[in-house]
Amino acid sequence: MLDAVLTVLQVTALILLLVVPLLACVAYLTLAERKVLAAAHRRRGPNVVGPFGLLQPLADGLKMLAKETVIPTRANRVVFVLAPVVMFTLSLAAWAVIPVSERVVLADINVGVLYLFAISSMAVYGIIMAGWASNSKYPFLGALRSAAQMVSYEVSIGFVIVTVVLCAGSLNLTEIVRAQEKIWYVVPLLPMAVVFFISSLAETNRAPFDLPEDEAALVAGYATEYSSMLFLMFFMGEYASMILMSAMGTILFLGGWLPLPGTAALALPGFVWFALKTAFLLFLFLWVRATLPRYRYDQLMRIGWKVFLPLSLAWVVLTAGALVAFDALPGGK
Amino acid sequence: MAAPDLFFWLCSAVLMLSSVFVVSARSLVHAVFFLILAFLNAAGLFILLGAEFLGMMMLIVYVGAVAVLFLFVVMTLDTGRPGGSLRARLPAALAAGAILLLELAFVAVAGGPGGSPEPLPGGVSNTRALGRLIYTDYAALFELAGAILLVAMIGAIVLAHRYRPGVRRQNPVRQFVRRQGESVRLEDPAVGAGVSEQGR
Repeated sequence: MLDAVLTVLQVTALILLLVVPLLACVAYLTLAERKVLAAAHRRRGPNVVGPFGLLQPLADGLKMLAKETVIPTRANRVVFVLAPVVMFTLSLAAWAVIPVSERVVLADINVGVLYLFAISSMAVYGIIMAGWASNSKYPFLGALRSAAQMVSYEVSIGFVIVTVVLCAGSLNLTEIVRAQEKIWYVVPLLPMAVVFFISSLAETNRAPFDLPEDEAALVAGYATEYSSMLFLMFFMGEYASMILMSAMGTILFLGGWLPLPGTAALALPGFVWFALKTAFLLFLFLWVRATLPRYRYDQLMRIGWKVFLPLSLAWVVLTAGALVAFDALPGGK
Repeated sequence: MAAPDLFFWLCSAVLMLSSVFVVSARSLVHAVFFLILAFLNAAGLFILLGAEFLGMMMLIVYVGAVAVLFLFVVMTLDTGRPGGSLRARLPAALAAGAILLLELAFVAVAGGPGGSPEPLPGGVSNTRALGRLIYTDYAALFELAGAILLVAMIGAIVLAHRYRPGVRRQNPVRQFVRRQGESVRLEDPAVGAGVSEQGR
């Protein structure tokens, strides 16, 4: 019994060690987003609260916490409160299998990629539940759009993952990174990397695919009725899943914690490289938001089903064929 | 009590309870939510059994895709509870339950079709073992299952697809290859004549 309690305590401490920095990253990602958007608009961005506006996320968080939680009268209260919790929990739970550096991972499981895929495919529930429980038109329409969008783009993400797994010969994330020691997969699988990046924009409901919260058409989509703490959870969940998708892109295509070719002499610790690469992908997320107008819904669906799906399917077949033809299929255990 | 045992009892208890709620919930949407909870716990049981691949597939396929569709249908139709009293359905329900129970008892007594599970040959993860089996010994059956699913999909599309005349579709390729010369023409109409569609 004592052993079990000790194990639980130890695991809790490890989880906190992972989640607390992650939450700090989420907070500062919001600041980074405002700064990047400001730079794109040739403004200064937040610069009043603290030096260079560095305390702005704390002020924002505090403001959110101090607001009143409004639950609509006709809403389904339990589901309404549960929805943001589901969203937020799932976006944190996925981090259990992310190898931040060599041997620095909470759970080094055999099927890490599938776990990530499973978690990201469940993220849609937070949004559907929110839309349904709000008992209001715009949230419901936003939730339906969002569910269709996320389910559609998961298909191509699935094929991208299959391609990478074919090349790496393992479903374990650490093994996938190790398989990239010779060459990062972004080089041989560039089209798949692009498909993955665009699909991850759609999967996290980010611009230019932020149709679920299309403010011009749907007020704020699924989050219309939410306020205060509950809204904050949606907000943080969205940013945490952005970081998660970037981390996934880093692991699948940019060689995880491996140093840039030719810079091994710097001897930077692995997690620094991991953080730098993830930050680069996050910057792309923000850059895209500052640059591109929002897609129309039918265009979004067209790209997902008629462009990405055939393209990624063809690339899976091509990769498998090439690996068999050159006898390069990875074996091992 | 060791941690796996604890998780086993937790998962099975929640699984049983949520299965009961699936049947007894008043709102259909709630029933689907409980069904999802049951799927999640079934996945947990698979993982505890060491079948992590099946567990993840349970999450991806059932929770991530099938239940989303259920939820979609139930939410958009929102029919409420199907009519008719529970008592009228009781005999059929009991019969179905009895058949399932008999099958389970049979499996428990006979030890399943393949006897007790064998340990995996040294050092092979069960995902890899499963893959080897499916793509070698059972490749034909696997392909057949795929073909059946394909037929079902085509059937659903044929049944649901309507041809609607008069829909103006966007053709992005044509939009991209369009050039200024084909789409804009400059006119210099005579005074009082105006520009007409036909007149050039």
